[in-house]
Amino acid sequence: MKTLTPEIDSQPEAHQEHDHHQPPKGIMRWLLTTNHKDIGSLYLWFSLIMFFIGGAMAMVIRAELFQPGLQLVDPNFFNQMTTVHGLIMVFGAVMPAFTGLANWLIPMMIGAPDMALPRMNNWSFWILPFAFLILLGSLFMEGGGPSFGWTFYAPLSTTYSNDSTALFVFSVHIMGISSIMGAINVIVTIVNMRAPGMTWMKLPLFVWTWLITAFLLIAVMPVLAGVVTMVLTDKFFGTSFFDAAGGGDPVMFQHIFWFFGHPEVYIMILPSFGIISAIVPAFSRKKLFGYSSMVYATASIAILSFLVWAHHMFTTGMPVFAELFFMYCTMLIAVPTGVKVFNWVATLWRGSITFETPMLFAIAFIILFTIGGFSGLMLAITPADFQYHDTYFVVAHFHYVLVTGAIFSIMAAAYYWLPKWTGHMYDERLGKLHFWCSVISVNVLFFPMHFLGLAGMPRRIPDYAVQFADINQIVSIGGFAFGLSQLIFLAVVLKCIKGGEKAPAKPWEGAEGLEWTIPSPAPYHSFSTPPEVK
Amino acid sequence: MSQTAANKKLVKLLLLGAVAMFGFGFALVPLYDVLCEQLGINGKTNANAAVYEPTVIDTDRLVTIEFISHVQNGMPWEFEPTVTKMQVHPGELIRTSFSAINNGSTHIIGQAVPSVSPGQGAAYFNKTECFCFNKQPLDANSSADLPLIFYVDNALPEHINTLTLSYSLYDITERHLGTALTQGAAR
Amino acid sequence: MIRNLFILLALIITPASLAEEMPLNMTRGVTDISERVYDLHMTILYICCAIGVVVFAVMIYSLIYHRKSKGAEAANFHESTKVEVAWTVIPFIILILMAIPATKTLIAMEDPTNADITIQVTGSQWKWHYRYFDQDIEFYSLLSTPRAQIENQQAKGPHYLLEVDKPLVLPINKKIRFLMTSDDVIHSWWVPAFAVKKDANPGFINEAWTKIDKPGTYRGQCAELCGKDHGFMPIVVKAVSEQEYEAWLSAQKQTAEAEKAQAQAALSQTLSMEQLMTEGEAVYLASCAACHQPNGMGLPGVFPALKDSAVATQTDMLNQHLDVVINGKAGTAMQAFAKQLTAQQLAAVITYERNAWGNDTGDMVQAADINNHAKQEAK
Repeated sequence: MKTLTPEIDSQPEAHQEHDHHQPPKGIMRWLLTTNHKDIGSLYLWFSLIMFFIGGAMAMVIRAELFQPGLQLVDPNFFNQMTTVHGLIMVFGAVMPAFTGLANWLIPMMIGAPDMALPRMNNWSFWILPFAFLILLGSLFMEGGGPSFGWTFYAPLSTTYSNDSTALFVFSVHIMGISSIMGAINVIVTIVNMRAPGMTWMKLPLFVWTWLITAFLLIAVMPVLAGVVTMVLTDKFFGTSFFDAAGGGDPVMFQHIFWFFGHPEVYIMILPSFGIISAIVPAFSRKKLFGYSSMVYATASIAILSFLVWAHHMFTTGMPVFAELFFMYCTMLIAVPTGVKVFNWVATLWRGSITFETPMLFAIAFIILFTIGGFSGLMLAITPADFQYHDTYFVVAHFHYVLVTGAIFSIMAAAYYWLPKWTGHMYDERLGKLHFWCSVISVNVLFFPMHFLGLAGMPRRIPDYAVQFADINQIVSIGGFAFGLSQLIFLAVVLKCIKGGEKAPAKPWEGAEGLEWTIPSPAPYHSFSTPPEVK
Repeated sequence: MSQTAANKKLVKLLLLGAVAMFGFGFALVPLYDVLCEQLGINGKTNANAAVYEPTVIDTDRLVTIEFISHVQNGMPWEFEPTVTKMQVHPGELIRTSFSAINNGSTHIIGQAVPSVSPGQGAAYFNKTECFCFNKQPLDANSSADLPLIFYVDNALPEHINTLTLSYSLYDITERHLGTALTQGAAR
Repeated sequence: MIRNLFILLALIITPASLAEEMPLNMTRGVTDISERVYDLHMTILYICCAIGVVVFAVMIYSLIYHRKSKGAEAANFHESTKVEVAWTVIPFIILILMAIPATKTLIAMEDPTNADITIQVTGSQWKWHYRYFDQDIEFYSLLSTPRAQIENQQAKGPHYLLEVDKPLVLPINKKIRFLMTSDDVIHSWWVPAFAVKKDANPGFINEAWTKIDKPGTYRGQCAELCGKDHGFMPIVVKAVSEQEYEAWLSAQKQTAEAEKAQAQAALSQTLSMEQLMTEGEAVYLASCAACHQPNGMGLPGVFPALKDSAVATQTDMLNQHLDVVINGKAGTAMQAFAKQLTAQQLAAVITYERNAWGNDTGDMVQAADINNHAKQEAK
């Protein structure tokens, strides 16, 4: 990879086609905006709000599980909490956060003036709040909202669910349409809007990983839409895709769902890889080790993700050869994932390292995501998976991957690019406080869950046997602490927007990329004239 | 090509891709059935009558066949195999039956759903005649003897020496009358 | 709190060898397969730990010694095909080494042939049903933890939520095959000590097997979300010696006959309202209250209320009331209780539902009415 030294046109105003350089004021600015930075901010705020709502539900879950016995909520409501917590965190917090980052950063990183399809961009954001209003609204219906887990296995979600399922299906449809529109926008922007000289192998890894993620989204979100449609027609229109009585098969639901579901997992982690690959070199003051192998590793993970779906369903009764096939493919994913981790470590090696908050989160990401990867490898081993499956071991595994993986990388990204977004430096002391509170509490929260699972506690239960009581108490305490710690993040962001030390165009010594060549805060239109990338 | 034209072309392609994947989601349904039948996933058996071609009966080998039955909740039927366990030679054509009694006060249409375990054995369990191929209507307080004629394929892998055939019986009266639409609301 | 801190500390510093003794690790179980699964689990865990130690050690070394504040200057290297090939190939080889024992164990696990005993396991919301194939023994196995313990009105017993009224009794040293299926949604039958976890899919059967080495009581739970009371459908297996198993079988047959005789006798009995209500309440709390709630109010939108409902209060709907309790309602969580309760219990619970919570119909149903129900209706 060559060094990126763009030459910026010294007269940015000269070739302006757009007549407005300043956004309109008031609510209409946000409702009608087609500006990638505005839409990026909307996505990020939406994601943060959803993170707190989904987090509040997690607090309800942890409060109920603080002690054995039924204390605060009835089992039916508990199931709604686990279901909606999952849906909100996946579709409301993590995915929109990545889309927000893509909106903000991709045009700046590839030297484009805006996203390729600004009006579609506006639509893809503004339908999202409605999807979640519908989903959250269903909780207040008679009988409550969805209570069949975010995986909505049939026939629990068809014959045996209540009527609010229709709202759930509708809401998932809207989320899917929003994601697909966002993905199309990202692909078109990256393919068609790169600055001259920005060749494929010069693209920042965040752009690369997002490009691959966008293809995954287009490939699997329609499958999700298909499977929820089948749930809808099975429940309300008398079809029997998943009903044995009519010749259907409930296990088929799981095959179709996980055909979407496993690539979905990578949709939530590939952009993280891109973020970490930007931050680690910046604070090591050293070029990323093995750029091209990173690109190939990302692509191989994406391809493999289509061949491993049934490792979520080893206990459904598959033939041995199918179990072996999915076990081997799943184990294979460890190779490209390992390559990534090794590359990051090699980037750190003999660097000149400093520990600003984004770097702290990135380091925590590497360590904790790797732990999540190890438990993933253990889960891939089919005979052992029979013992792990549907226990807290799985809960620990995917929270290590998604909280200390995806969420930590989003936090790292927020700290890293906040100066660019707001023009102010964030409060480093508060940032570090946020990091240390989060990283300690998150491990108190999720690490003991491994033991709970191994000792035999199933997931998605509102009450448990007495021998699990002590560990659950620790886990809950960790949970409350982690929840509270995130309020510090909110404070940091608000404080940074209001003011603070003025940020230079490139606040981080070792940072690389076109986004650092424009002033902070980034002007409303980043590159009106494409920069020349040598 | 101008940028807008290039964008439009790419958007069209990607939208097409998304629509195709939506279709693919539904295409997975028949695909799954084919795979199940070919690979014996889930113990699905042939949905249509097999043709018995008199082959060599492997008298040296005995395979145990077990029959079990389940009746869906809310269905006032008794439904049981007349013989629960038998030993057969591969290639031999066997006739057995299940007995069904409708204890209810209305005419009910039943549908039996077969499943074979181990799943890999399903492909070798051939039914030339089975009540599960058709709907089974029974009047109130009447009974029927439901026939099943089958043979086990000679090619049944060596390691399989027991095949269990399970029938789950479902009440499809409502579905048959097309009133399933109201099922959701009725709950 | 302090105790918890100690446990937390113990979790962090306890070596894995010690952890076996504490309920923090996977159980070794009591079957050959469960031992092999345990060994596999520990092997993979140790390999992961070893890789983790190496990777994290390198990382931490560079975090300590390659700090800018220590005057570290960044080196300039950023690619090496040799290194990349090495850390692609080495993990691949390690994975193959992991896959070999995993494949062997898996093939051994998936071989249910030549079983001595076959048990049909049927899951339903939220109980397990066991039928001994060819033995004419079948029964439901329900959670026996009292409601008061769950609602924190009583101290919790040592087997809180892991106890049932009738455990599955199995002999040791025999190959036992399980045939799983479900009446409604997907359940999953899991006993950690046997390393058996298999989904019970409605309409389809699944096989699993075990061969228990040691007598004892082994507890497990449903492992697939199956609705509201998913957390309240435990599994208890009592493994006994062969002789004890035979004795148990014949005792079961005798009890079954005695029960039949008792049920026959009950048909001619006429119970008073008070007797019916007392028995009815007990049956209601055990079998009906999970959905319809102890106060008969149900859960709006999920489970219908019985209090003030037409079916439980109108005299002309008595037959429907009998019908739905006896035969269940298709496509809903309402099960057919004819198989689960005796005629007398059914009579009592229906009487209870028609007179409790202010329903006060004064209707009394006797065991004989239940028995005559089908015949009456057919006329």
